[in-house]
Amino acid sequence: MSTTTTRGTASPAPAKVSGTRPRRGLRASNTLNFWLFTGPFLIGLLIFVFVPIGWSIWLSFFDARFTVTPSNFVGFANYRHMLTNSDFTGSLVTFTVFAAFIVPTTWALSLGLALLVNRLRFMRAFFRSVFFLPTACSYVAAALIWKMAVFNGVRFGLANTVLGWFGIDNVAWISNPSPPWYWLVIVTVRLWLQAGFYMILFLAALQNIPTELYEAASIDGAKSGWQTFRYITLPQLRATSTAVILLLLIAAYQAFDEFYNIITTRATWGQTPLMVLYKTALGANQDYGSGSAGAVILTLLICVITLFQGKIMGFGRGEESK
Amino acid sequence: MSALSSNWDRRSIFRAAAGLGAAGTLAACGGNNGRGGGSGSGKQLTQYFHAYGEAGVEQAVKRYAKAYTKADVSTQWITSNDYESKLFTALLTKQAPDVFEFHPQIQLVKSGQVADLTDIIAPVKDDFNAADIKSHTFDGKTYGIRMIDDPQFFFYRKSMLEKANVSVPTTLDELIEAADKLTTSKVKGLFLGNDLHAIELPLIWSAGAEPLTEKNEIGYHTDAVVGGLRRLRKLFTSGNLLLDAPTDFWDPSAISQGLCAIQFCGMWAMPAMQQALGDDLGVFAFPKVGSSGRPSVYNGGWSMFVNAKGSNVDAAKEYVKWLWLDQKKYQEDFGTSYGFHIPPRTSIASQAEKLKSGLPAEGVKLFNTYGHFDNISWTQAMFSAWDGVISDSVRKGGDPEAALDACDKKINRELKKLFG
Repeated sequence: MSTTTTRGTASPAPAKVSGTRPRRGLRASNTLNFWLFTGPFLIGLLIFVFVPIGWSIWLSFFDARFTVTPSNFVGFANYRHMLTNSDFTGSLVTFTVFAAFIVPTTWALSLGLALLVNRLRFMRAFFRSVFFLPTACSYVAAALIWKMAVFNGVRFGLANTVLGWFGIDNVAWISNPSPPWYWLVIVTVRLWLQAGFYMILFLAALQNIPTELYEAASIDGAKSGWQTFRYITLPQLRATSTAVILLLLIAAYQAFDEFYNIITTRATWGQTPLMVLYKTALGANQDYGSGSAGAVILTLLICVITLFQGKIMGFGRGEESK
Repeated sequence: MSALSSNWDRRSIFRAAAGLGAAGTLAACGGNNGRGGGSGSGKQLTQYFHAYGEAGVEQAVKRYAKAYTKADVSTQWITSNDYESKLFTALLTKQAPDVFEFHPQIQLVKSGQVADLTDIIAPVKDDFNAADIKSHTFDGKTYGIRMIDDPQFFFYRKSMLEKANVSVPTTLDELIEAADKLTTSKVKGLFLGNDLHAIELPLIWSAGAEPLTEKNEIGYHTDAVVGGLRRLRKLFTSGNLLLDAPTDFWDPSAISQGLCAIQFCGMWAMPAMQQALGDDLGVFAFPKVGSSGRPSVYNGGWSMFVNAKGSNVDAAKEYVKWLWLDQKKYQEDFGTSYGFHIPPRTSIASQAEKLKSGLPAEGVKLFNTYGHFDNISWTQAMFSAWDGVISDSVRKGGDPEAALDACDKKINRELKKLFG
């Protein structure tokens, strides 16, 4: 609350007043202000992030069924159970397949959209908004629309109606996993929802590329189109691309809503790690010990992969290393 | 720092305070804590109900609660698809309901989450369907009060069967054949729900097996069940099964709107179907599977439980006793005024005129002749393990033996945790 009334005035102030105040007082009030501004956030972080993480780690060593305050210590049994549980290991494969699909397609689609929108000479604001709007839609709402209206299995579903024009039989998009049409449903809903957001990121980056580069290139005889895109635009977008890919990977790891609503936990395929953990801990099994063990394993995996990705793609190494 | 403090004049402090105040008021408005104000006479109780599909049930439940004078009872109407997840999770928190509806499942007893109701049910025990008492009893103690029995079976369009010259199926093979003959370009022959979850138990019973034996060991893993799964796979790939319908098995829309000729559903949906289809409606049990099979009907239903870890256990028990044992008028209203359900109490069932003739009477007959009640030892985790069997073998086309082996592992782990 109070931060909104003082925004913008706090940061440039200290330089101006530093001469007139005793040093010690300034330092004290600096500290005070630091805690004043970060305190609420830190308390939130502590209560809603660090305590649950700690609690999870603690739970993962106990037999905690139908309780989150267990007393029966079981050592690494929950970890053993999760690592030998084919549902959990299978979900890691599912995630990898999903990420392999969604990350490059969203990257390419949002970059393509950004390039197109960037070139527009009229109605720019309209097109930017139109592509960005789906970002505001909830995953659950979109997943239900996709499932019940667009890709339902009866003859009046949108997809089946379109296929019907070409004389193709109705397809059970979701119930029947062979062929795995459900991937089409899952990938398209996520593309629709998130492409617009990453388009905006790319758009910002595109507008940051100095036009002199293109001018110089054209003087040197580079043809506009593929050549300038390949040798100027793409390298200039490197930092943004890395960030986008990282964000997309994290988003893919967190995938839950659309899988849960479209495929449901009753299927044995298309289960993401979070769905398996949900089912283990919060669903029918109420096994908080194993669920927490799985969550810890997953967290470690995400850490390792993020560090590894940072290493190869140079994320966070700064501008000079490009 | 000074810049900050000089900016902290009285106005901005006032504005901030006003903002905080407004936020506080808003938060109070949105305080959806399930304990809405009300006339506040004494104790406050919260009850959980899953969202019944029939119109009027929610209002009825709230009306009964309002008529209770000894406590303020507020109702949480849980509309999510997985009522059990929401309930199980809520039971671990301070916001847990005092009273909730669910099915008899042993893990609730073992984890000390449901209160012993033996004393309140004792005076009227003989009036209840004996099978309903048995399914809620463990080690001589009764843990829940049955509100309604909901037999589940097939509904079919008489006119469509006649037109296709198909007689009512008595075996699974005949059902598959009927589905084939009934399928046209506009209508699918059969609807079993989108994920086939509803027919798991009927398949086991109709194959002559039991989910668990008397000694609480696995009973479903038989050759007949494997054979049934193989036949279902054939049906699943035949193109005669309605899949990915906009509604699931429990909703009458699929058959009412002419999407299928035969639908697996429950007694509750009968009034809605009759309204849509009139007399063009018949019922039959899940047909026998294999030569040693028998027709079966799953007598599901809902029961009232008291949260043993709640802060008002005695008041909650008193409320449950008042509504689900003493108030027969409400019990009858709940059972037959909205969807059709069979009242578990003989004295009420015998007076329920709506269930005495026509199609409802046929449903009651199926319930009495072929019905199987809940087994308290068959838990939510076991239902979930069997979802895996149907998914792997019927929907995905894997080997049923392998799917059952995987399920055995999960269920044995569960049985070991429950019974040692």
